[in-house]
Amino acid sequence: MPTAIEVAGLCKSFGSVTALDHLELTVPEGTVHGLLGPNGAGKTTIVRVLSTLLTPDDGRAEVFGVDVRRDPRQVRRIIGLTGQYAAVDELLTGRENLVMIGRLFRLSRPAAKTRAGELLERFDLGDAADRPARTYSGGMRRRLDVAASLMARPRLIFLDEPTTGLDPRSRMELWRIVRELVAEGTTVLLTTQYLEEADQLAHSLSVVDQGKVIASGTPDQLKSQVGNDWAVVTLIDTADFDTTTELLRDQLGAGLTADPETLRVQAPLSDGGSLADLLHTLRESGVQIGDVSVRRPTLDDVFLAVTGHAAHSAEPETDEKTGEDTTWS
Amino acid sequence: MVMTSAALTPDSSAVAARPQGGVSWWFSDLWEMTLRNIRYLVRSPEMVLYSLLQPVLFILLFAYVFGGAIEVGGDYVQFLLPGIFVQMALYGSATGTTIGVAAEMRTGLMDRFRSMPMSRTAVLLGRTVSEVFRTVASLAVMVPIGLLMGFRFENGFLPALGGMLLLLLFGHAVSWLGAWIGLSVHSAQAAQAAGGVWVFPFVLISSAFVPTETMPGWLQVYAANSPMTTAVNALRALFTGGPAASDVLQTVAWSFGLIVVFGWLSMRKFESLTAR
Repeated sequence: MPTAIEVAGLCKSFGSVTALDHLELTVPEGTVHGLLGPNGAGKTTIVRVLSTLLTPDDGRAEVFGVDVRRDPRQVRRIIGLTGQYAAVDELLTGRENLVMIGRLFRLSRPAAKTRAGELLERFDLGDAADRPARTYSGGMRRRLDVAASLMARPRLIFLDEPTTGLDPRSRMELWRIVRELVAEGTTVLLTTQYLEEADQLAHSLSVVDQGKVIASGTPDQLKSQVGNDWAVVTLIDTADFDTTTELLRDQLGAGLTADPETLRVQAPLSDGGSLADLLHTLRESGVQIGDVSVRRPTLDDVFLAVTGHAAHSAEPETDEKTGEDTTWS
Repeated sequence: MVMTSAALTPDSSAVAARPQGGVSWWFSDLWEMTLRNIRYLVRSPEMVLYSLLQPVLFILLFAYVFGGAIEVGGDYVQFLLPGIFVQMALYGSATGTTIGVAAEMRTGLMDRFRSMPMSRTAVLLGRTVSEVFRTVASLAVMVPIGLLMGFRFENGFLPALGGMLLLLLFGHAVSWLGAWIGLSVHSAQAAQAAGGVWVFPFVLISSAFVPTETMPGWLQVYAANSPMTTAVNALRALFTGGPAASDVLQTVAWSFGLIVVFGWLSMRKFESLTAR
């Protein structure tokens, strides 16, 4: 299978902040690759380098064999970028936005209009097509944004945290669009902070922390490292805390976390231990239980499993944008 | 949902097959960029009206409050209006471009443009060219106001037209200075302040409202040679009569100077935003 993205030894610093630290990444054509990591891990920097917005300090980055540093113009012809901030022109209508992007991608005006009409229908924006984009909801704006990236039928599309800030219904719709894209042969590089999203969409994943890939594999491989679901037991009485912690450790083993403040004990449900067994054991022991629930593993759990420390933002919120901020100075 | 199954299929040949760059595509990009900025003006006309507030205020203030006390050796309204026209072109172009560029540079849309195979110069140029349209729209309001107040184009149609074109050129030149400031400031709020703050003294220390001869000697040296003064004097000569050539040439020279210097600085600044 041809390679869509080939990155080797990629480095990028903003002043004293290291955003990418000898990063390696390979994405085969026609697949969805997820970059999973907390704020400030370097996900957006990777996307900005690959979409020719940032020049790397060192290393190699190729898109379909074209070097992003040597021939950025050629790269720009084959990619579509959906950044973190909805890149739509607020005062233009949805249709005008798409036609403009089409024209800038060198489509003829009739071709741009036809394509814009197709995409608006396809993304359920037909009724809103002739309204200014500033009247759109968050979900509609995102869909318009993705549609704009698809005007020139790119071979590779970057989706940088595409569902951040979207309501669940809009998120589902966006997931559906991504699946359709891939079914038709487009390669997708997706960044996300949500393990669930990566699990839903990606064929392969790279967990990124402090500018490095610290783990990679299929979502299943990563999840098996994390354990599947987590059992969360909340107690009523402080006196039961130690007993319960011991019980859970015996039954579920590694990965347990216990917080005496909130009286909450949680552990991944391993293949051997089921929730029913756990409830039975707890009832036998006579501890008073406030609440028992099961939760899906989170990014934090992945980090805990892979690095032994919790996911943390390298810099509060702004780190991913350091590139931008520095360029203004 | 309608499923037009071919719609998402990647096919970059559609783009790749078209010629690299090329002059006709550059003009196409420039037109698309100008078009979107003109649409802004049409859809939020309050921006045009806002840029007219200060000139209208100044007309009223100078014609009816200070004017009686200013001796210009002739009709004060006839003296004042060319100054007001230049002030309007200057203020609108400078603040409009500064604020517009600064706000736009912080949107995801710029990232999208820069990740596309389009001309980068077209992005900024589309902005400054559209400012010319704003100045035309402003003139359409200000000229009738002037005529109502008694201003007359006493020198005939062609010199008047020439004066208008000179005004548009000067306004366009100043919008490049505005673009450069807009690219250099760190926030939209700073742009708001930086965009207009220099305009006020720049406009006042000139022949726009009072004859420069009344100023102290050291200030006269500056005021008499300020591009604001040459532009105003050129318009006065073209609209009312008198020797125009020297001031017109100086204004044209200033304008091209500003376009070359700040056009170059702006483009470089714009490029450096991606080079990091």
